[in-house]
Amino acid sequence: MTGGGGRRERLVVGWFSFTCCEDSTILLTELLNDHLEEWVRVVEFRHMRTLKTNNSIEGLDVAFVEGAISSESQAAEVREIREKAEHVVAIGACACTGKPSTSRNLFVDEQIDERIRWYLDHFDYGANVVPLGEVVRVDDMVRGCPMNARSFTQTLQKYLELYEVA
Amino acid sequence: MAGRNIVIETISKIEGNAGLEVVVEDGAVKDLRFKITDYRRFLTVAARGKRMAAVPSFLSRICGTCSVAHLFASLMAIENSQGIEVSEQTKALRRLAYDGLMIRDHALHLYFFVLPDVLNVDSIFDIPDDTDDPGHTLLRDSFDVKRLGSDITDATIGATIHAPSPTVGGFLKPADHTRFPDLLARLEAVRPQVLRGIETFLGWDASLVRNSDYLCLRNEERFAFLDGDVTNSDGERISDKRFKDYLQYVRIPHSHAEGYRFSGTQEDYLVGALARLNLNYDLLHPRTRADAADAISVFPSDNVYHNNLAQAIEILQCVDDSLDILNELRVSEEKRVRPDPRAGTGASLIEAPRGLLYHSATVNAEGIVEDYDVVVPTAQNQINIENDLRYHFERNLDKDDDGLRLDAEGIIRAYDPCMSCATNFLKMDMTRR
Repeated sequence: MTGGGGRRERLVVGWFSFTCCEDSTILLTELLNDHLEEWVRVVEFRHMRTLKTNNSIEGLDVAFVEGAISSESQAAEVREIREKAEHVVAIGACACTGKPSTSRNLFVDEQIDERIRWYLDHFDYGANVVPLGEVVRVDDMVRGCPMNARSFTQTLQKYLELYEVA
Repeated sequence: MAGRNIVIETISKIEGNAGLEVVVEDGAVKDLRFKITDYRRFLTVAARGKRMAAVPSFLSRICGTCSVAHLFASLMAIENSQGIEVSEQTKALRRLAYDGLMIRDHALHLYFFVLPDVLNVDSIFDIPDDTDDPGHTLLRDSFDVKRLGSDITDATIGATIHAPSPTVGGFLKPADHTRFPDLLARLEAVRPQVLRGIETFLGWDASLVRNSDYLCLRNEERFAFLDGDVTNSDGERISDKRFKDYLQYVRIPHSHAEGYRFSGTQEDYLVGALARLNLNYDLLHPRTRADAADAISVFPSDNVYHNNLAQAIEILQCVDDSLDILNELRVSEEKRVRPDPRAGTGASLIEAPRGLLYHSATVNAEGIVEDYDVVVPTAQNQINIENDLRYHFERNLDKDDDGLRLDAEGIIRAYDPCMSCATNFLKMDMTRR
């Protein structure tokens, strides 16, 4: 893991979702029931489309990325996130392992009927769905389907300490 | 007159990814595209070849927020394929867990996604930490309501998301009834908070009135989510077994999700809480009807923003229904119904938080799933959403682009769309009857 960029008043984080069912996002919104008051004092949620309209990916200390990568356009987006964030954390099974979003990688020809083929050809689906780590360097993983809640709070705490957030 | 292109790359405060592109020329809407941009995962195709017992848990991964809806719809489709009739206790526990889902899911949408619009702030993070601020009270209410919904589901089926206990024919692990007394007390205590939410959305004056057809389940005994026949605005009734025959599939070139038309009326149609309140308000729980009478008197309504109010009322309905179940239920040890596998096809039709959800499973004699279909609510609403947006833009082109973008996001958000769900499709012919 790369080092922290110095002491912060608040940790600047982004939350991103790619190909998945967004179960970890939902679990995060559940964690906010108990932690919102505490976290808004120490964390700036600079990018979180699920909860905010005005978002920015500039100057992120940590990017939490949920979901597998299905296309070159998604790969380009996640590479940009990697450039803009000091640390990237893979969130949940699809980001960490690709599964179950990688199911289509195993399809044999007879499973890909005209209906599926139309979508694969009409949009920029990649040949394979891949986990986050195959596209960008990942500093940490929070595994689980959905993510393990305790592992997430421990990881968040680790970065709060790394950036010496009071 | 110069042309205008109004683009929202990614619509915020919804589940999943969607965008909007509008082209205006000579003072008229020339083109409008509501684009669902989540990539498909083809999980129903991947379900083929799996043992039937493994499929419901796998397909709960279609959606994080309404995983319980997909789990139960899949269990019921497979049980129907096998001729399995589950016990009354299993039905009651599923109903209880489902009430918990509705409470938590609706509260997430209403308080975390829509409430910032009501309060004119960007997000829940911008609600002042001031006990005199009405937003502060409502946000704290939301924590209690959401937590209670999650705890009901967790105590009953083992988790809020991708629950491990339910299985074909019953449960792998019994419900934790030791938590029921605490849930009963909290359900009673939360009612004033839920009523405060209903008052908030009743008082919100956002409006887009457009006459759509409405589709939902109707069970003549009670306001139900897990059983009933499909009914529409004209009172036409269709059994779950025939529902698929009435859907006309529409491929939408700019969207990863396909749309549907209902061949009974040839109109675009709307599913979800607004449809349920419009067609079933007479079936609401007596306590809900008594305590939310002013809000319920709004229905039937053609104002799409009243989908929010309908969800707020459904939270109270689910609180009152949960109280009934918990007061009456005495959980005893039961073995799950587990006959030998047989070849067959079964379908289920339930009300997910966002509307009608259809699952169909074909199983062979060895208990292996050979074919699987799903129709989800957001895909059914897609054409209606696009037509609502067109209707609104055509009548409000005098507004500036930022104002129109704000309006568009509010209209889309009112539907509570879920793109993770929408990018699963029904395998069917492009014909209608």
